[in-house]
Amino acid sequence: MATENPLHQFEIARIVPLKIGNVDVSFTNSSLFMLISVFLIIALVVLSTRKASLVPGRWQSMAELSYEFVAKLITENAGQDGLKYFPFIFSIFMFILVGNFIGLVPYSFTFTSHIVVTFAMAAVVFVGVTAIGIARHGFHFLTLFVPHGVPKALLLLLVPIEVLSYFIRPFTLSIRLFANMMAGHMILVIFASFVVPLGIAGAGIAGLLPLLVDVGLFLLEVLVAALQAYVFAILTCLYLRDALYLH
Amino acid sequence: MPQLDFATFPAQLVWLLISFVILYVVMSKVGLPQVDRAIAARRDRIEGDLEKAQQMKAETEAVIAAYEKALAEARASAQQTLKETTDRLNAEAAERQRAATLKLDKETEAAEGRITEAKMAALANLRSVAVEVARAAAQKLTGGAVDETRLGTAVDAVLKERA
Repeated sequence: MATENPLHQFEIARIVPLKIGNVDVSFTNSSLFMLISVFLIIALVVLSTRKASLVPGRWQSMAELSYEFVAKLITENAGQDGLKYFPFIFSIFMFILVGNFIGLVPYSFTFTSHIVVTFAMAAVVFVGVTAIGIARHGFHFLTLFVPHGVPKALLLLLVPIEVLSYFIRPFTLSIRLFANMMAGHMILVIFASFVVPLGIAGAGIAGLLPLLVDVGLFLLEVLVAALQAYVFAILTCLYLRDALYLH
Repeated sequence: MPQLDFATFPAQLVWLLISFVILYVVMSKVGLPQVDRAIAARRDRIEGDLEKAQQMKAETEAVIAAYEKALAEARASAQQTLKETTDRLNAEAAERQRAATLKLDKETEAAEGRITEAKMAALANLRSVAVEVARAAAQKLTGGAVDETRLGTAVDAVLKERA
């Protein structure tokens, strides 16, 4: 029984080989789905509101709902000042959300299941937020690591913990997204690979079981896809709040 | 595990950068301002309509207030006219009654005058009748002539006594 390798779906396949010097920058399946996501988002947001009507149609409604959802997310979690970074947070939220969703289409590619991609996004958030904090508060930004109303002796213990938890942010942020996407997609493939062998062994009936499990898992993965994009965006907002207001 | 194949990292990062920059630029320069305009246009329209409705409501209320004021004024003026007319009629009636009373009083007075006159005339007649009767009675009793002067005096005395 030849079961499909569950890791096969994550393989990067070159479509148009490209090289800059010695570095391979080929256009790959990952690049393709990134661009597809970008164009889907642009189509949704730009085309649907090109001729905006007072009573929105379906697509315009969706664009406006996304806009207001992210705007509310920022004002509630990062405060009014956070709205300055609205285009960035909106872009990253939609990019991850659409990337996760189109990754669920069979035989497509999920670029958010690659640690290098999620880490690059998390690193941009981390560096950007830190830069905003330092630009806004200067040296005073370091008080972010000193919790209020704690005995002096405890600070010796707490400050290193705070520093550690601050610098671990890009890793937790990126690993959470990457691990969720990878694990979900692997489980889907593993259960799918049982369908045919079990169907042959159990006269067709037994093959239904992993199929039904996969249907349930797929619905769960739809939820996870949206949830992980939301979590990434909300954490970005919370980090931004720390940089803007220092607790 | 394909995720740890470092050889693919530069390609992924380069295309991530390209994709995300395109997305960010289009969103911040075109997409989001466009959505914002659509939402703002609707909000302005709704607020404008609400304001207009408020204004119309105020106008309606003003018209109703004016109508009610006019109604109250008309009612007051009607009341006034009614009162004036009643007063005038009452005054006229009183005047007419007074005139009538006056006329009646005069007539009564005149009638009383006539009655007194008649009474006086009657009384005057009474004396001459009394004198005649007295003369006739005296002639029958005495059989001779009667002193007219004494007769008159006697009749006057009796009349005075009875009057």
